[in-house]
Amino acid sequence: MTTKTGRIVGVNGNMVTAEFDLAVHQNEVAYVVVEDLRLIAEVIRIRGRYADLQVFEDTSGLRVGGRIEFADEMLSVELGPGLLTQIYDGLQNPLPAIAEQCGFFLPKGLQVVALPRETEWDFTPKAGPGDVVQAGDVLGTVPEGIFQHWVMVPFAFQGSYRVVSVAAAGSYHVADEIAVLENEDGQFSVSMMQKWPVKRPIRAYAERMRPSEQLVTKMRILDTFFPVAKGGTYCIPGPFGAGKTVLQQLISRHADADVVIIAACGERAGEVVETLREFPVLMDPRTGHSLMERTVIICNTSSMPVAAREASVYTAVTIAEYYRQMGLNVMLLADSTSRWAQALREMSGRLEEIPGEEAFPAYLESVIAAFYERAGIVRLNDGSVGSVTIGGTVSPAGGDFEEPVTQSTLKVVGAFHGLSRARSDARRYPAIDPLDSWSKYPSIVPADELARARKTLRDGREVQEMMKVVEEAGTSMEDFIVYLKAEYLDAVYLQQDAYDAVDGSSSAERQKHVFDVMSKIVTAELDFPEKDSARRFFQTLSQVTKDWNRSEMDSPEFVSLEGRIHDMLAEVARNA
Amino acid sequence: MRKVYHEITQIAGNIITVAATDVGYHELAEVSSPNGTSLAQVIRLEGEHVTLQVFAGTRGIPTNAEVRFLGRRLMTPYADALLGRVFTGSGIPRDGGPRLDENLIEIGGPPVNPARRIIPQKMIRTGIPMIDIFNSLVESQKLPIFSVAGEPYNELLARIALNAEVDIIVLGGMGLKYDDYLYFRDTLEEEGALSRSIMYVHTASDPVVECLLVPDTCLAVAEKFALEGKRVLVLLSDMTNFADALKEVAITMEQIPSNRGYPGDLYSQLAARYEKAVDFEGAGSLTVLAVTTMPGDDVTHPIPDNTGYITEGQFYLRNGRIEPFGSLSRLKQQVNADTREDHRTIMNTMIQLYAAFKEALEKQSMGFRMSAWDLKLIKYGGLFEDKMMDLSVNIPLERALDVGWDILAECFAPEETGIPTRLIEAFWPAKAAVVAVAETGGEDGTVEQAA
Ligand SMILES: Nc1ncnc2c1ncn2[C@@H]1O[C@H](COP(=O)(O)OP(=O)(O)OP(=O)(O)O)[C@@H](O)[C@H]1O
Ligand SMILES: [Mg+2]
Repeated sequence: MTTKTGRIVGVNGNMVTAEFDLAVHQNEVAYVVVEDLRLIAEVIRIRGRYADLQVFEDTSGLRVGGRIEFADEMLSVELGPGLLTQIYDGLQNPLPAIAEQCGFFLPKGLQVVALPRETEWDFTPKAGPGDVVQAGDVLGTVPEGIFQHWVMVPFAFQGSYRVVSVAAAGSYHVADEIAVLENEDGQFSVSMMQKWPVKRPIRAYAERMRPSEQLVTKMRILDTFFPVAKGGTYCIPGPFGAGKTVLQQLISRHADADVVIIAACGERAGEVVETLREFPVLMDPRTGHSLMERTVIICNTSSMPVAAREASVYTAVTIAEYYRQMGLNVMLLADSTSRWAQALREMSGRLEEIPGEEAFPAYLESVIAAFYERAGIVRLNDGSVGSVTIGGTVSPAGGDFEEPVTQSTLKVVGAFHGLSRARSDARRYPAIDPLDSWSKYPSIVPADELARARKTLRDGREVQEMMKVVEEAGTSMEDFIVYLKAEYLDAVYLQQDAYDAVDGSSSAERQKHVFDVMSKIVTAELDFPEKDSARRFFQTLSQVTKDWNRSEMDSPEFVSLEGRIHDMLAEVARNA
Repeated sequence: MRKVYHEITQIAGNIITVAATDVGYHELAEVSSPNGTSLAQVIRLEGEHVTLQVFAGTRGIPTNAEVRFLGRRLMTPYADALLGRVFTGSGIPRDGGPRLDENLIEIGGPPVNPARRIIPQKMIRTGIPMIDIFNSLVESQKLPIFSVAGEPYNELLARIALNAEVDIIVLGGMGLKYDDYLYFRDTLEEEGALSRSIMYVHTASDPVVECLLVPDTCLAVAEKFALEGKRVLVLLSDMTNFADALKEVAITMEQIPSNRGYPGDLYSQLAARYEKAVDFEGAGSLTVLAVTTMPGDDVTHPIPDNTGYITEGQFYLRNGRIEPFGSLSRLKQQVNADTREDHRTIMNTMIQLYAAFKEALEKQSMGFRMSAWDLKLIKYGGLFEDKMMDLSVNIPLERALDVGWDILAECFAPEETGIPTRLIEAFWPAKAAVVAVAETGGEDGTVEQAA
């Protein structure tokens, strides 16, 4: 095969303009050759004989006249057993393998295969000669950590195929042939591994369904007030330091998902390190195995090449879709989608496109929408159900949500967890604003009780605002109690101590139980002789309830503290 | 022999364009004219047009100036002999000492592989309670001081540097006032720290673009020392000047600004520098403390805003004190669990109460009647500001925690603090508790519940 080549005619940051002779296609991968290195790039615009490439690596040292080789394929990832527990960069280079070769630093121009070729996998056939199959159907399985990994008919196969042969049970490498399929065009060899272009959604399923089942995160403010659904989407915008990353990290640990894909996109390397050093030693109570066994990390942090940030979110979502195809519930956590949007902006600027608001490209909104659209819950060809849930953080400039990335994201997601500076300054964590946030998904607690709790929070805020003007003495006892109830609900239910072994994660069952008690307190009619005693009552009640939150559910301590709360309430309840 | 070019086709701002061939992107050149010689770096290639950014500025450069390409990227000398010395951003001695031209290392080198990073866990003790208790500083952290002109931020930098147990201090000055440069030099000297310090100084009177080199040079040298096992502290003052120099170049290059004139890649540019902070497993570490002066005292200004999104927290220096609100060390939880068991509780409780104090203060300033609770808060706030926030307080962490309990006990009954019962039993100062009860009139219930 002859290689299509081109020549560099210009370099501007990570954009290279190339002159070419034979046809090239949009989004084709190209390699920019510099000395003995080949830097990976993607065609992002074609004008006449010139193609503009975004180079995914540092472009220092490139020269006019330098050689470019077009690869005749789109930017793709390898899919197959061995993805779980991996730590990849945005282009699916395994970072630990690079570290072994190169030490502390990330050299440029290095491409390492994503799936180790030498690993042997224990294959069990599930299909046999004569079976009629289509893309996504299971040919066999291999155990991958805690899962049976499905080896499937490659997603790129269109129409039906007849199985000619399937390998016998035994050990194979990912690239070994494990099946031969045929259709009218001929016979095709299939291995355990397939490639898929990252910017194209995988659609090998029977039907897409409405996300309606809870994805429990064990965070009270989320599951009760602003729930997330399997196959749904949510976003967490917030100013710097408000707690976006901590929230995502908590979700990555506690969420009731089978597989978690973490896309660390243009943020701090140190934050990824916490995950990749801690997950291998943290036990997942659901499986009894380490959290790492259900995790893939895509890590393109802020000092890594900017263009690869853009690729990283697509790499992550493609791997998420792949595990969804095995009937698993996958959670994709992207931190931060703003960095990805900024990468788009940088490139758009170099292309000298007409800028939109804050210099973001005009197509920002549709790109964001298309990304979140890759979430979903689907019924697969064999009837089983899999889902991809996407949660993205947004880092708005100046913490102002009226900016293009936040606004474009809000239009497409199913839940909005807005972090507020005021709450994080007051250390009211998680700093999700309970009045501004919303979710379109169903809660784990009864809707009418939830509505009452919401109303209390809203009314409490109003009284608080009012007290700033009319002072406490001018506030009626009734209003004052509403204010105290709201503060109490905030302190003991909305706020959650992430660093406490027990309070850090609250099961759905516990949330329902506790919320029931909260509802009683919220609706109780209480009598106090004066405001100070009301305040003192709620202070003590808060303290007892926090102790309750920190005690293991159904332990003697838990039971006795709950009794104490009821007793305290009975003492001040009207008509007691 | 490298070719020399004479044909400058465009000069704008600090950017020149010259017709040349076989030039590498980011390659270095020397631009010479009768007015002097300056380093320049290639920032764009377009056919035969090579665009360079001239570090000493373009003032007086004629169209026939000599442009000699050097065939290499930006380098700086690295040697133990750097210790105790002062240089410009481009590595030229400022102290009258000898030039160092050997063992050149590349600046702006590749990023550290995240898979090789480790979780930082060594606390840097500063003796400042607002840091040690509330926002502990950690080795390998990157942290800016957000402040405004006139605040003693350089003094604070120097004080932390001198208190911290580090092997080497690298100071990068960008647009530094000459007096401030002398202040740093003299303070380091007086405290006997000069011999373990290296200074790269760009002063307010030097060409603007030259300050772009300062962070990269500091960080490259610091990284080398860290790889050799040294604990290095890099001080950068003031990163706002660095960002403004980036803006100037971007505008000259006619880039579309994203926000208030700043280029869209400001985040990536700043991150590339701050992310150099690292703890090398089996070797040394690199900690970055920077100053970011906020234009118009506005934290939403693009420079502090982008910085906040990159660094691992920030210290707000206002009215000569480190503000508890907004100040944050994101690595604190890596170290504050292993200091003393009451550390985290004191940290959280005192801040929450200080927030309540601020609300009470607001009520007071509106002329509202103060409740008994408000009065307690007002008293608490005063004590907190005097005994914790005042920058003259210089005590070890453990002593500062004790002071914290004393303040709480002086103002509140135990259950008013929300502190877990277990810790109250272990730490609440016995004597003071009686005082607090006496002051609140010993209302029913309070004492019994605490016991
Ligand atoms: N749930 C929480 N419990 C306790 N502390 C928290 C919590 N969330 C955040 N914090 C504190 O706030 C700090 C910043 O949080 P985080 O890193 O998540 O912010 P962020 O919103 O991701 O900021 P950035 O946009 O700059 O990345 C943490 O280091 C921690 O100290
Ligand atoms: Mg974050």
